[in-house]
Amino acid sequence: MTLDSKIPDAPLETMWRDHKFSMKLVNPNNKRKFEVIVVGTGLAGASAAATMGELGYRVKVFTFHDSPRRAHSIAAQGGINAAKDYHGEGDSVYRLFYDTVKGGDYRSREANVYRLAEVSNNIIDQCVAQGVPFAREYGGFLDNRSFGGAQVRRTFYARGQTGQQLLLGAYQALARQVAAGTVELVTKSEMLDLVVVDGKAAGVVVRDLVTGEISSHSAHAVVLATGGYANAFFLSTNAMASNVTAAWRAHRKGAMFANPCFTQIHPTAIPSSDEFQSKLTLMSESLRNDGRIWVPKDPDETRTAADVPEEDRDYFLERKYPAFGNLVPRDVASRNAKEQVDAGKGVGPLKNGVYLDFAAAIQRLGRDAVDDKYGNLFEMYERITGEDPFVTPMRIYPAPHYTMGGLWVDYHLQTTIPGLFAIGEANFSDHGANRLGASALMQGLADGYFILPYTIGDYLAPMLGQPKVDTSASEFVQAEATVRDQTEQFLKTGGTRSVDWYHRELGKIMWDYCGMARNRAGLEKALSEIPTLREEFWKNVRVPGSGNTLNSSLEKAGRVADFFELSELMCRDALMREESCGGHFREESQTDEGEAKRDDENFSFVAAWEWQGLDKEPTLHKEALEFKNVALTQRSYK
Amino acid sequence: MNLTLRVWRQTGPDAPGRFETYEATDVSEDASFLEMLDQVNEQLTNAGEEPIEFAHDCREGICGTCGLMINGQAHGPERATATCQLHMRKFADGDEIVIEPWRAAGFPVVKDLVVDRSAFDHIVEAGGYISVDTGSAPDGNLIPVPKETADLAMDAAACIACGACVAACPNGAAQLFTAAKVAHLNALPQGQPERYERAVGMVDTMEQYFGSCTNMGECEAACPKGISIDFIAWMNKDYRKGKMRTRRSA
Repeated sequence: MTLDSKIPDAPLETMWRDHKFSMKLVNPNNKRKFEVIVVGTGLAGASAAATMGELGYRVKVFTFHDSPRRAHSIAAQGGINAAKDYHGEGDSVYRLFYDTVKGGDYRSREANVYRLAEVSNNIIDQCVAQGVPFAREYGGFLDNRSFGGAQVRRTFYARGQTGQQLLLGAYQALARQVAAGTVELVTKSEMLDLVVVDGKAAGVVVRDLVTGEISSHSAHAVVLATGGYANAFFLSTNAMASNVTAAWRAHRKGAMFANPCFTQIHPTAIPSSDEFQSKLTLMSESLRNDGRIWVPKDPDETRTAADVPEEDRDYFLERKYPAFGNLVPRDVASRNAKEQVDAGKGVGPLKNGVYLDFAAAIQRLGRDAVDDKYGNLFEMYERITGEDPFVTPMRIYPAPHYTMGGLWVDYHLQTTIPGLFAIGEANFSDHGANRLGASALMQGLADGYFILPYTIGDYLAPMLGQPKVDTSASEFVQAEATVRDQTEQFLKTGGTRSVDWYHRELGKIMWDYCGMARNRAGLEKALSEIPTLREEFWKNVRVPGSGNTLNSSLEKAGRVADFFELSELMCRDALMREESCGGHFREESQTDEGEAKRDDENFSFVAAWEWQGLDKEPTLHKEALEFKNVALTQRSYK
Repeated sequence: MNLTLRVWRQTGPDAPGRFETYEATDVSEDASFLEMLDQVNEQLTNAGEEPIEFAHDCREGICGTCGLMINGQAHGPERATATCQLHMRKFADGDEIVIEPWRAAGFPVVKDLVVDRSAFDHIVEAGGYISVDTGSAPDGNLIPVPKETADLAMDAAACIACGACVAACPNGAAQLFTAAKVAHLNALPQGQPERYERAVGMVDTMEQYFGSCTNMGECEAACPKGISIDFIAWMNKDYRKGKMRTRRSA
């Protein structure tokens, strides 16, 4: 199979505009003749479904939540970038594009990133018109802040709840289409298989999570907007139900999975307090603007933080990176925290964190000013840990957060299965090896509002007059049988260990060997341990209850089964990529100073993996990345 | 710490429910309330019993999925806190805790502690949006919004639609949720063209599913996001004006 990225041969500045002109259109009156299935209702899915509904397509949208508004996009705190240059600081589409390609460590596609920057401004306009209550200045105009090391203020925000407000905007647009009858909303239903007929996506098989009913749904095209897979690590900042199932099952049906090892480990989560912890909570990265990160120099330090004098503290980021200090990018901050904890200098009862200390800021700005700026975050921290950050420094530690890998898509956001599209975090294309702050929301909405609704027309136009495949086709029947078999298999196994137990064990392997730092020996160890654990899981998992009622153990079992297979691929991808870039740090590839060392000569490509079957090695396909507009340079934060 | 839990178990919407007693042992005071339930569920699973179904997802207090009556209080004893953000250090060793699903006619029980809140979505579908097609919006700064107005809209928009307001209301009314949605959009200049139709559509839909508001104020006390009942007065005003208009044009 060859990878055709369909990147138009044109200058970046005019590429998307010209390409829109060259794509085939569906006449407005004909759009209703096409049915499109959207899976997932986060920023990408809800915005795509709403927009396609407005255009006149008949859309069926599935979510496993009880309401589209629960999607995990809702938890994003920080903000959304756009190249508006409302403050006359010299921002531009080109600068946002440049920063994003560089910040992604040159492992994203120039064409996609440029388009992302280009439509970023439309996103803000659209959201404002929808009534998203963005922060305003006293004159009534939009306020901005800077974020994630950007040199300009380009981040739009709604308090610390930007993701929530953007998602509500998209959800409300979706609700409008539900009322108008263009979109059919199906809640509490999980996609468990993709149906491919004659090499094209023809529909999906879903399970009603309340009744257990398994049903088939066909359409002219299928869009996956199902988010990321950081829960492969068990502990992550993702919502509990975030999973890889829809994307993975599409992968098993022929869609290639790209760059699976690129996981962003976010530096400022609250460290876990015990083994039974279910997830990690992120503290906004904005805290690094005023918090100083340190550990005691002595691993055996027993004094409380306040009693440790300056000379016995190691402000390791300020020491190693004087130019950026505590504001080094996420991957650098994360790795350095891990080094300190691994060296035994961690703080807290489990010695599994580093201090994020506001004492200096409180002294400099006054308690009230710090309270104004970060009060809600301090309160959240206190609620979770029982410690007051005004008195004792916060403890933070990195946590898996966002996955840059995902289904391989071309410039049209189409996967290697014709008629199957992947948008938002479920695809791989825009972030490269490292996602910058405030760029995930931008990508979700860019894909959903402004890119997919155009490109899908190009796919559908030639199909005018063709009926969708009937769900009585053998491919549907077979897919339903597979889903039913798996469900029954779980229920009858009757083993001795819970689904969560296996998930936790898998997560430990992934964190230890495919986490913030990876090396050959560790990855090979993981690749030998995961299949063994996976086999045991299938023989010994215990899923109580039945298949015809709400059964969260059963739901989780299917998801963990997929995490097992994905985890293997993540390790394989990390093993193959013998360089360090962004969220992927191979210990064998570092500079003399211990910094990540990219190898552009050999690894300037997208790794797209093709499924060959369980217990068979997947095939690696490479899409060469060309950088015609941004010169590749080594990132340095010294 | 060790706790005794009295938990509502109900196998389905039409099945009779009952309280079951479970012992939660060796619970860390750092655990969240839901992690405590996770631990009990792990014990139940290992004992071959069906775990307790409860709704949850982000566990960061923002998705609005979780929500339990804990000792008769929506989301438990701590003010302005969603169930997932409630931690066991707020309880004492040896406590007995009664755990029930949201109780309201508008929220039928799905199973155990999970209820169906789809009525909320129907209220939003009845006008909880601004009718603007994608791509047709003017530049964001062409719609100036006074900072106070934006802040007020954000105060209302912070609602997470968990349903605690309904569960806490002696009438099972959904005024606080609906008012928050109405006020968010009706406060903004963008929301003005559809202001009164929105209020009428949403309130009329709300009335189909939920009970009447008698200004008890329990909703505000239970709200994990501190949404003010002032918004209810606002909604009522817009609803009244809207009804007058429809009557005039009829």
